[in-house]
Amino acid sequence: MTAPPPATEPPAPPPGPTENDTQESKHSPFGQILLQAIQENTVTITVLALFSAAIIGGLLAAFTNTGVLHAWGDFFSAPGNAVAQAWDVAAGTYVALFQGSVFNPHTVAALFQQASFSTAVHDGFLSAVFNPLSETAVQATPLILTGLAVALPYQAGLFNIGGQSQFIGGAIMAAWLGYAYNMPFFVHVVVCVIGAFVGGAALGWLAGELKARTGAHEVITTIMLNYVMLYFLAYVLSSHSLMQAPGGSNAITLPITSDAHLPLLAGTHLRINAGFLIALAAAFAVWWLLNRTTTGFEFRSIGSNTSASRVAGMNVERNWALVMTIAGGLAGLAAASVILGTDFTLNPQSYGTYGIDAITVALLGLGRPGGVVLAGLLFGALHAGSPAMQTATGTPVQIVQVLQALIVLFVAAPPLVRTIYRVRAARARGVSTTMSKGWNA
Amino acid sequence: MELELRGITKRYGLLAANDGISLSVAPGQVHALLGENGAGKTTLMNVLYGLTQPDEGEILINGKPVKFGSPRDAIAAGIGMVHQHFMLVPVFTVAENVTLGIEEADRVGLLDRRKTRRDVADLSHRYGLDVNPDAMVEELPVGIQQRVEIVKALVRRANVLILDEPTAVLTPAETEELFRIIRQLCDGGTSVIFISHKLKEVQAIADTITVLRRGKVVGQRTPPATEDDLATLMVGRDVQLRVTKEAARPGEVMLEVDGLMVAGEHGDLPVNGLSFQVRTGEILGIAGVQGNGQTELCEALMGLRPTFAGTVRLNGRDLTRASPRTRLRAGVAYVPEDRTEDGLVSPFSVAENLILDTYDRRPYASGLNLNIPAIRENAKERIQEFDIRTDSPGTQAGTLSGGNQQKVILAREVGREHKVLIASQPTRGLDVGSIEFVHRRIVQQRDHGVAVIIVSSELDEIYALADRIAVMYEGKITGFRDPDVPTAELGRLMAGGADGGHALAPGHLPDMDIDGSAAPDGATAGEPEATASQEES
Repeated sequence: MTAPPPATEPPAPPPGPTENDTQESKHSPFGQILLQAIQENTVTITVLALFSAAIIGGLLAAFTNTGVLHAWGDFFSAPGNAVAQAWDVAAGTYVALFQGSVFNPHTVAALFQQASFSTAVHDGFLSAVFNPLSETAVQATPLILTGLAVALPYQAGLFNIGGQSQFIGGAIMAAWLGYAYNMPFFVHVVVCVIGAFVGGAALGWLAGELKARTGAHEVITTIMLNYVMLYFLAYVLSSHSLMQAPGGSNAITLPITSDAHLPLLAGTHLRINAGFLIALAAAFAVWWLLNRTTTGFEFRSIGSNTSASRVAGMNVERNWALVMTIAGGLAGLAAASVILGTDFTLNPQSYGTYGIDAITVALLGLGRPGGVVLAGLLFGALHAGSPAMQTATGTPVQIVQVLQALIVLFVAAPPLVRTIYRVRAARARGVSTTMSKGWNA
Repeated sequence: MELELRGITKRYGLLAANDGISLSVAPGQVHALLGENGAGKTTLMNVLYGLTQPDEGEILINGKPVKFGSPRDAIAAGIGMVHQHFMLVPVFTVAENVTLGIEEADRVGLLDRRKTRRDVADLSHRYGLDVNPDAMVEELPVGIQQRVEIVKALVRRANVLILDEPTAVLTPAETEELFRIIRQLCDGGTSVIFISHKLKEVQAIADTITVLRRGKVVGQRTPPATEDDLATLMVGRDVQLRVTKEAARPGEVMLEVDGLMVAGEHGDLPVNGLSFQVRTGEILGIAGVQGNGQTELCEALMGLRPTFAGTVRLNGRDLTRASPRTRLRAGVAYVPEDRTEDGLVSPFSVAENLILDTYDRRPYASGLNLNIPAIRENAKERIQEFDIRTDSPGTQAGTLSGGNQQKVILAREVGREHKVLIASQPTRGLDVGSIEFVHRRIVQQRDHGVAVIIVSSELDEIYALADRIAVMYEGKITGFRDPDVPTAELGRLMAGGADGGHALAPGHLPDMDIDGSAAPDGATAGEPEATASQEES
């Protein structure tokens, strides 16, 4: 008596509103996705937002330059000069950013001026060609990982502002396992990375469990945990019996042993290391988790409609705790990439601004793993290119932060971009819009 | 004021939402627009209210063509609109809401609150609207909020009032009250455009009925037109308003609820000692005015709300404290009352929604992995079997029409192993075609030996489906009856008149069919089970 009834319904009434039948799409799935993305404007808007930010950033770079300002002081005697100077500085800024983050032709020239190719390679001239890309990857790694730590819970309807505390949790574990123990080469680094994941996951779990048990809003708890961990880090670094390096008064740990360093990927001249591969693997893993597993199905369902998910028998609270735990672990991996990949020691500034940058990366990445990778690479490139930009045109490195802020500002306000470029309003499904609006519990 | 629409055409891409629609509204008349969901009613009203511009055609007021570039123009021309979803600020008072946007300042530049309150009181008195200008809107029941919307339009000197599905959110008693107000407005010379897809209501209130189908006017009638005639016009084919079904063949008791008490949010007991049994192969219809504990009963049966006392048994197995998942696995299929909130994940695809509570079972999952081809295959089968109108299984469920959304839920719930089907307000807001489909499916479930519970505030639905009727009042069952019971008797039970001790409380009149003879006699409870819940009342 329990079997589903067979289809004994009479056929569909012919004259009903069946206009859909004629619109059977024949695009390939990928083309369909691309088409949909463009139609829904999220990608278009993002690209236009980047473009707008670049223009304003260029203007800012030009008009904070003293040379340009002087030229504009004489605008009425030499208007051409004023405009030309402004253009030179703005263009020069972006060229330098590009050279510092992607490719600098001078390095190729230098390579071919060497007497022999083998000595050139030995002296690092070949590496110099790839150095900008390597730096971009190095800078992007923690941004991608912390960005994922925001994007994943976002899909489950949670806002993880606790990237910083989770990063610190991971960093403490990675550093401690790294300097206090001796293990064989490969084992040591693996243990440290897993330790960092666990350290971050513990902090994420705490926030998730608090929400699951007591309903405490994760935005509040994660922000507060950021402070807790910030001062906890300062504390453990100021006590010789805890983590402070013996014999010194600096708040810094012992350097971690070389066995625990993340392996370099392209020789000793370039900093690019296995951390970048971890970041890419993590992004893929998050995509797979979200789209190909039952757990991800629950995450997305709860993120879209908590109440229907409950009716469908899902345990909402357990999923909240779980998704925050995984997110914390991802932030912990970011810490591993910094501590074990580039810094090799832990100090009170190790956490940088990753906690906040993570939110902007996730936002620019539209809350999707692939988008987070691209956004992380873009911001990584901006960071990597900024020193070159400062030397080339005297543009202060802070302009990069302004640029970053402008991008996010434009992405967060699609109607603004639509108005500027007269893009037709899309169906209301822009992830970016909801993400910048929704602090839904 | 005489309003006329001539050849209004509005196209969205290839689809003509309105195709050469002409109609005229005389002063003091109720003109009903009847049509299925998606027939173009709302588009037409948006054109009339200046929210969209028509591609062709014109609007005439007193014979002169006018153009509405925005709602502001329409309001200035004397057109007022009460939207299906109210446009009120919950934390403002009635008077503040009414003047929002047309605030008047006194000489010092402060808001003239006294004049506003006086205006509201005047209007509300003149039309018998009975709203308190100082009441906070969020504290008012929906019926009163709707009146605030009407006052809002009247204050702006509306001569033509558009009511978009005004009864969708109202109880039968509130509906009756709304009709009284509409008649009073018409006596005062205001015309009303009444948009609905409910045949009965249109019959009861309209002076002229225009039927729309697929963007075109397919007919005009004046009451009394037969319901069959109107329904045929609406859907373009004969619709059976009654479900043909054979006599039930009840088997053993499948679901047994005994002395169930459920706690509400405010320390009250919305379900207060309620007992019933449902057998395999029968449909138990739970009738009652909304808000008498039906929602809480369903949620408690699904484990979504903790049980305070009493037991729930499925096939002898105690499920009183079981989680929602355990109950689903034990064989309870559930069609929730609020389908967009509890039944569907709107951004999810149709395919995903069709496995919302089976995603972690074979064949849709093996271990942690989702089996995407199996999910898609299932979706294709269900879409065909349940005639779900969608572009593809990948379409977002939120973009489907209400009827198709309900089909998705029904397909999902009866598609898995189940012994009991609980359907709460299964056809609310659906068009006639979808109602018929859903009803037939429910009867089909019964015939396959499923124990079915239907909770509905539409008496028609209860009569059409139920093999046995239980009436709920204030968290208790006031009586069980056979489906041939007269409406008046059900109405008496719905007003709490089981033991004859209760006078009919005003505002609790559940149905317009009840005459004044709510006599406090005839307390012959229908079936023995009923007595259990009646002991203390």
